[in-house]
Amino acid sequence: MAPALEARFVHTWPAGPRVEAELSLEEPSGPVTILFGPSGSGKSTVLRCLAGLERPAEGWIRWRGATWLDARSRAFVPARRRPVSLVFQEYALFPHLTVAENVAFGLHALPPSDRRPRTAGVLGLLKLGELSGRRPSELSGGQRQRVALARALARRPELLLLDEPLSALDGPAREETRVELRAFLTRLGVPAIVVTHDRLEALALGDRMAVLSGGRIRQEGTVSEVFGRPADEEVARCVGVETVVGARVVGRGDGLVTLVAGPCRLVALDPGLPSDDVLACLRAEDVTLERRSSGLSSARNHLEARVVALTPQGPLVRVVLDCGFRLTALVTRLSCGELGLAEGEVVTAVVKAPSIHLVPRPAAPGAPR
Amino acid sequence: MDDWYRVDGQALLLSLRLAAWTTAVLVVLGLPVAAWIAFSRARWKFLAEAVVALPLVLPPTVLGFYLLVGLGPRSPLGGLYQAVTGRILPFSFEGLLVASVLYSLPFAVQPFAAAFAAVDRSLLEAAESLGASRARTFFRVVLPLSRPGIVAGAVLAFAHTLGEFGVVLMVGGNLPGATRTVSIAIFDDVQALDYARAGRTSLLLLAVSFAVLGVTYGLQRRARPSWLPR
Repeated sequence: MAPALEARFVHTWPAGPRVEAELSLEEPSGPVTILFGPSGSGKSTVLRCLAGLERPAEGWIRWRGATWLDARSRAFVPARRRPVSLVFQEYALFPHLTVAENVAFGLHALPPSDRRPRTAGVLGLLKLGELSGRRPSELSGGQRQRVALARALARRPELLLLDEPLSALDGPAREETRVELRAFLTRLGVPAIVVTHDRLEALALGDRMAVLSGGRIRQEGTVSEVFGRPADEEVARCVGVETVVGARVVGRGDGLVTLVAGPCRLVALDPGLPSDDVLACLRAEDVTLERRSSGLSSARNHLEARVVALTPQGPLVRVVLDCGFRLTALVTRLSCGELGLAEGEVVTAVVKAPSIHLVPRPAAPGAPR
Repeated sequence: MDDWYRVDGQALLLSLRLAAWTTAVLVVLGLPVAAWIAFSRARWKFLAEAVVALPLVLPPTVLGFYLLVGLGPRSPLGGLYQAVTGRILPFSFEGLLVASVLYSLPFAVQPFAAAFAAVDRSLLEAAESLGASRARTFFRVVLPLSRPGIVAGAVLAFAHTLGEFGVVLMVGGNLPGATRTVSIAIFDDVQALDYARAGRTSLLLLAVSFAVLGVTYGLQRRARPSWLPR
């Protein structure tokens, strides 16, 4: 089956940066695609081009057989005629309209008798029923985010675009909304593209991800692929976390959780997660390698691992290990020599419990919705 | 003096009528012009802005002179008006209305355009991406959010028309009941050395102008939209 979304375009801002994108969205490979990259990398531009708010000078965008943009034949479907909803970074709620009026704004094409039930349905879905008469200025950040999502969903878009959906929130609201948002997006089953520069967000929300840097897409794949095996150094630097492995919580106690990841048991701090399915994230510099475990150590995790690859990086060596899952360690060249590391050698990887960062995953990629 | 209360009431009523009509025409005509100025990306937009602003700097006599010639029965416009209505524009209330609309144009259009331009662009994009046409976006988003600026423009146009003098004198002359506005009546009284009546009429005009502005700004303050930060 052909991909749902196929896009390849170049957008040049007048006297500004140039943004190139090449994207495809298969369906149904999991509903959420992350467009990840540092700020200024062109993520929002790509999203605006997909929404139809920008018109790239070169390239094409096709969605389920329809051409939205073809620079060569000058075809262009403007934003108002694309079956797409965009959730803006600051939500862009209409300040003079109530929550219900905001949500109903995009429904003017429906017969009047259908608008009210549709609005009520979406408000109910996002638990906004009691707030329907309020103005956006009377809402908290998290509530505004839900209204923006409700307004976008009310039109039943075929594709949902979210621009930094959590960046306007802070602290606990952000954490909470992240989990909620993932649950919504998976339940709805509407394909969504989420722009973010936050790797926790990418991990918590995404099934697939594309990494954008310097106005170009560098890598595209499942979230754990991209985090686990960055295509190049640029991507590795962007994502910042070398090891991401799916794990299941099997025990809790003393503020710690015990996880099963592949054949290994891991111990990590208990962040009070709502679900037992998690992603365990590890930075390469937090992994220590030992030749032979001395037995006693304050670190909780000792993993038997086989060296798969060694890549020198200046004074350091990046060591890719296989311990049932792929684990990356960063050690000094000196240590590497002393330990006599070579491909195929077996070593012990030591990781302290606080170095394992857990991210909740309410549903695994590709799991039934 | 037994006529201490006498003012030129006819002239005052005429001025109020002229100001009301001018404001109505300017709201209808000025909103689309302002919308175009605020949202168009045309390269020659600055020229249109300059034309709209011209009455701000042009001496009223110059504007009045061109209008007198341009509206006269020998001009195409004046000729057409005469052919259709059988009357001529100069020295009539209708001619005065045309002149007032042009003279007060920047006082209405500039606040309108400023209010439109101040509406957050992302709201316009949100409306567009929710499938709204330009017209729907304008009426449902831009207009309600620009209400304070629209009221301010309308009041300024009204007050400015109430006080105009030079253009009226050039185009309208001084016909009681048709073109003799309150400012001309005051000038007349001064010419006739009737300082007492000129003073009374002036005071009344001052009071009316202040009342209009005071009430409007007072209402604006009270009707301050609840969504604005306090």
